[in-house]
Amino acid sequence: MRIVEKRQLLSGEEIDRTIQRVAHEIVEKTGGAKDLALVGIRRRGVPLSERLAKTIRAFAHVDVPIGTLDITLYRDDLSTIGPQPVVQSTHIDFAVDDRDLVIVDDVLYTGRTTRAAINGLFDLGRPRRIMLCVLIDRGHRELPVEATFIGRTVDTTDTEIVEVRLREIDGEERVVLVDRVP
Amino acid sequence: MLQRLQHLLGIESLTHEQITFILDQAKPFQEFHRYPLKKLATLRGKTVALAFFENSTRTRISFGTAAARLGADTMNLQAESSSLKKGESLLDTVHTLEAMRPDGIVIRHSSSGAPEMVAQRSGIPVINAGDGTHEHPSQALLDALTIRDRKGKLDGWNVTIVGDILHSRVARSNIHLLSKFGTRFTLCGPAMWVPREAESLAPNIRRTGRIEEAVDGADVVMVLRVQTERIHEPALAPEEYILRYQLTPARLRLAKPDAIVMHPGPMIRGLEIDPAVADGPQSCVLEQVSNGLAVRMALLYHLVGRAPIDAPHPAKERSNAAD
Repeated sequence: MRIVEKRQLLSGEEIDRTIQRVAHEIVEKTGGAKDLALVGIRRRGVPLSERLAKTIRAFAHVDVPIGTLDITLYRDDLSTIGPQPVVQSTHIDFAVDDRDLVIVDDVLYTGRTTRAAINGLFDLGRPRRIMLCVLIDRGHRELPVEATFIGRTVDTTDTEIVEVRLREIDGEERVVLVDRVP
Repeated sequence: MLQRLQHLLGIESLTHEQITFILDQAKPFQEFHRYPLKKLATLRGKTVALAFFENSTRTRISFGTAAARLGADTMNLQAESSSLKKGESLLDTVHTLEAMRPDGIVIRHSSSGAPEMVAQRSGIPVINAGDGTHEHPSQALLDALTIRDRKGKLDGWNVTIVGDILHSRVARSNIHLLSKFGTRFTLCGPAMWVPREAESLAPNIRRTGRIEEAVDGADVVMVLRVQTERIHEPALAPEEYILRYQLTPARLRLAKPDAIVMHPGPMIRGLEIDPAVADGPQSCVLEQVSNGLAVRMALLYHLVGRAPIDAPHPAKERSNAAD
């Protein structure tokens, strides 16, 4: 079983342009980023949320608070996997009540991560609204979850994997579609 | 790695990496205690048996609360229970509990080695909550977390332990743990409670019968309680113990100015510790308690939360699971 790169979905430049466009959409939809806060899902949602906040600060001159959320304790597959995954910290130092929250993640797939993230946020308080922002929506939803802000929608098969590589974590900037071949 | 550890029976056999892993994994659970809603579904459907064959309040409540906050249920066996009074053996009691299929068992027992004996005959994870005079691993872990948080790191401190070292599983576990982090120990107490053999527990241990000498230059002072229930004739009259070994503000001033004071509890204010010290700014006793909850949540999460050893890994098949 090998992993083979099939094609590139986004180049570094395209990632950047996508973030710019999505940042504008977020500001538009939240009436100027009022009461907005971004919550990045570990791991790759975190640098994406930081870039979105930076972009919003640059063109809308608003400082949007950013938090990070680790969803490990809310996963629905914990009793079926072997050793428990390592838990990381959740850092949300702003009040969640009455906020417009945008959950930021790299890929939307089954929707289970989003469900876990919503659970995690509700443990912290009662947001006014939760919206989802993803770089890639690859379909195959197993729960009724939809993203409000989408970078790009991609059709994928069950065996394919969408790999988002970001300089902060992977040292390069691209989104690729890979497949497992025997 | 901890992730392959099945039981937690003692600190002695844990590696530096495993200990650091547990302390790091306790951190997210420390933050969890600031949430308005202190309830997770992480261990929902799991049951933790709390088999306390020896009396305990704080440890039992701590493990019980840790389990509950993770969403697990508990089976509560307490020392005064009738079956033990009727003479039921340890193994029979454990097998009775196991017939109700818990997913893990936390044991406190007055015999050293009891948790290990149970672990050898049991198919489920066993956590030692204190066995005889042998070990109390979760106490040492919460003490280490407290030191690391208060002092910024765990390595290379001068740690003084005052009291009945001989009968203290807390002292033993702490020595096993901190010696893996380059600690210099000073053990102090009445001579019959600080035997020469204690020096062989780890490198860098010295003993003294004089508390002034023991506390001088200490970074951490751990005060143990006088265990009157464990010995039938106290080696010292309380008045003499207070005179010679109580940690008073004056004696604490001999330690480093930023030294911290720790006590596993329960404290007897006015006996082994002066109330002003117990409640003073250098005292960490309440942090120890809340860190205990975080450490025990981390232990239950990793040891009880896991699937059986031979379970498949559907998470590995999931391509874009959160990493």
